[in-house]
Amino acid sequence: MSLLEFENVTLRFGGVIAVNDLSFSVKKGEVFALVGPNGAGKSTAFNLISRFYQPTAGQIHFDGHDLLSHKASDVAALGIARTFQNNELFDHSTVLQNLLIGRHRHRKTNFLAEIFFTPSVRKAEIQNREMVEEIIEFLDLQPYRDKMIAGLPYGVRKVVELGRALATGPKMLMLDEPASGLSVEETTDMRWWIDDIRRQMGITVLMVEHDMGLVSNVSDRVLALADGSKLAQGTPAEVQTDPAVLKAYLGEVA
Amino acid sequence: MRVHFKTSYNQDIRLFEDKWTLFVYSLLIILSFLMPYILDVFYLGEMTNVLIWAIAGLGLMLLTGHTGQASLGHAAFLALGCYSYAILVQKGVPFLIAFPLSSVITGVVGMIVAIPALRLRGIYLAIATLAMSILVDDVIVLAEPFTGGVSGIFSEPIFLFGMEIDRWGTPIAFYYVALVTIIIVTFGYANIMRSPLGRSFVAVRDSEVSAQAMGVNIARTKMISFGLSCAITGLAGALMGLFAGIFNNETFSVVISIQLLMMIVIGGLGSIHGAFFGAIIIGFLPQFLSISKEYVGDFIGGSAVAIPGLEFGVFGMILIAFIMFEPNGIYGRWVKIRTWFELFPFYRKGMFKRQKSFLKTERLQ
Repeated sequence: MSLLEFENVTLRFGGVIAVNDLSFSVKKGEVFALVGPNGAGKSTAFNLISRFYQPTAGQIHFDGHDLLSHKASDVAALGIARTFQNNELFDHSTVLQNLLIGRHRHRKTNFLAEIFFTPSVRKAEIQNREMVEEIIEFLDLQPYRDKMIAGLPYGVRKVVELGRALATGPKMLMLDEPASGLSVEETTDMRWWIDDIRRQMGITVLMVEHDMGLVSNVSDRVLALADGSKLAQGTPAEVQTDPAVLKAYLGEVA
Repeated sequence: MRVHFKTSYNQDIRLFEDKWTLFVYSLLIILSFLMPYILDVFYLGEMTNVLIWAIAGLGLMLLTGHTGQASLGHAAFLALGCYSYAILVQKGVPFLIAFPLSSVITGVVGMIVAIPALRLRGIYLAIATLAMSILVDDVIVLAEPFTGGVSGIFSEPIFLFGMEIDRWGTPIAFYYVALVTIIIVTFGYANIMRSPLGRSFVAVRDSEVSAQAMGVNIARTKMISFGLSCAITGLAGALMGLFAGIFNNETFSVVISIQLLMMIVIGGLGSIHGAFFGAIIIGFLPQFLSISKEYVGDFIGGSAVAIPGLEFGVFGMILIAFIMFEPNGIYGRWVKIRTWFELFPFYRKGMFKRQKSFLKTERLQ
């Protein structure tokens, strides 16, 4: 059963076609990777799902909902969480506070109750912390719990961003280049985490990644894009040997 | 160095992180309640002034320091709070209703103003709110039947529990009114900052894009921030009117807006402490200058000299010095000093050095 469905989605910025008549679907419980050269429209596809961009034409469905009828701030409530290519953390907050923001979509108390910090607010806060603490344990973030983001190394920030997305309790996790800027060791960790997220938590993963090693290790299916259009789709091995993909990456044999 | 070994989630949530902090702040509150027995009437009046400025500072801190929306229009909301309170009291509304009501009125108007203003960001928002500050001057003159126009109106003394409270007749009681107000406001503020609302404010300040992806409704969050900020500022305005006694269109000029913003920058953006530190500087500096002017006058061997614009010159210099040497304000400096003592002798110079910030995602909107 497909969780996310792109139907003939096109996005134009003036004369530039960023995404061209793109159709694909992501099945529940799989790891689906988007690959392609720079400017292929991978991040644009993410931003379309996040509702930062409005498609020029086409339909996007998520879990039986028409995604295009939702605002950007309501996407999280449907069960979609994401990370960003270049970290978008809240720099002047601690790791714990960053993860707690992830719980925002589960907020049930209103601001008046929060001003007086009523017992119900306290109860909700404790619940939030219990959830967040599980994620801290899952991602081994204990040493950084009360550290400011501004002082953390890049690799840790990437993990915090993954944690923040997980804290929302999503159905689908979108990872925008989870391994970019990571060391070999950190990339291996990331690989096991993605595996665990899918197997233990049952979360569908949609990711954009350039590291083909990581892609072929974790993903079930791969979609290769170039210039906003679909080049090839299939298992990692199939896509890597596809002539159209080779041509887009390496050029033609002279 | 104090190490916190946490054994429950409540420990993480509570307002004071340990018994020592609780003790220090309790001592501070007790001390401020004993102030009337320590200070003479003149300095008590100055203290009251500082408290009122601190309330206004808390108002602006919520919006600028924690939500990241610069406002140069908060004098307009001070005026609104002040006039709405004075007019309500003139109509016979008792203090205990008129005071919170003036705050609610200011908050609601603030929210309405926020709707168009929130389409703007950064410097453009500052300019739009600056315009509001200038506009309010004319509005007060035009609405003469209510506001008394250029000749101004009086804020009647407070009648509370059968007592008449005003700044000159019963300075001690008036000090307590300001003190209780600021304690309540600070308590509410601290509660906001430890709940989802406060976190969403900070999220909007630090990255709108990812706040949105986490399900924070940016427009609504900014509106609530604007509303709460203005509501607090309204309280400060009502107290300012009572403190001044009489006020007109010129009492709440643009200069007050700028002073407010300066105050929270000097105090330290993004901290409750900053509003208090800033208010102490803004509140006491004029007195400090006039006293030191006398000494200088004596020293040179003449009468006290009047130097036009001295106060603003010194304010400006302090502001420049802070932006250059301590952008985190007095509170930032205080945190460093505290850390030095806590970690002695292991403090390193680079500990608070600003980290290289990694590239942010290109702004989408």
